Amino acid sequence: MSPRAAWRLESLGFKDVYHYVPGVADWAAAGLPLEGRAAGMATAGEAARQRTALCTPGDPIRKAASRAAEAGEDSCLVVNDEQIVMGRLYYKDLEASAGAKVEEVMDPGPSTFRPNVPVVEIAEFMKQNGLKTTPITTSEGRYVGMLHLEDAEELARQQAAREG
Amino acid sequence: MPEKIDRNRLQELIKGGAQVLDVLPEDEFEEQHLPGAVNIPLKELTAETAGRLDKGRPVVAYCYDYQ
Repeated sequence: MSPRAAWRLESLGFKDVYHYVPGVADWAAAGLPLEGRAAGMATAGEAARQRTALCTPGDPIRKAASRAAEAGEDSCLVVNDEQIVMGRLYYKDLEASAGAKVEEVMDPGPSTFRPNVPVVEIAEFMKQNGLKTTPITTSEGRYVGMLHLEDAEELARQQAAREG
Repeated sequence: MPEKIDRNRLQELIKGGAQVLDVLPEDEFEEQHLPGAVNIPLKELTAETAGRLDKGRPVVAYCYDYQ
């Protein structure tokens, strides 16, 4: 629609016209501020914890296991130098051969959510799928934080209390 | 010819005083929109409604995504 709108504006005499094709979905997924009814809702980006166990694809498994243990978590998120999420190692993977590299064992397609998604929605999804944590990334796949179910549920409760 | 832009360019244009036009239906606009955006649904974009915009300033049109 935005290209058609832009051409329409030109036909109406506007000279300096642009169109932002990725739209509000892209803007919201980048965690940028919004206005409107949804702007007041608690979102995944707000609830996510920034500190979590991270490792790189080339790391040995024992390093990832050590990171997870230090963080008190049962998984390790795999990111590259640009903080793009490349995969995830779960508890069962951390017990794999100490000589293996992360990229040989990791799940290369972990489920992620965007920062703008309301926590109420994600909490429900996580409960239904038995997830204790889920990574939050931008639309480019860049790591934002790790959302814990307990945090999502707490924020959802606070939001419900505010809405009365 | 209108120029297709990305998020970074949009932010530059906004800083420079560009107008932002949301062409989605009103209820979708009310749900969420970019800060300061003007709402003129595409079906209602006429010479009259476009009068809410300043022809002397840049204007960026957007909708939800790649629709």
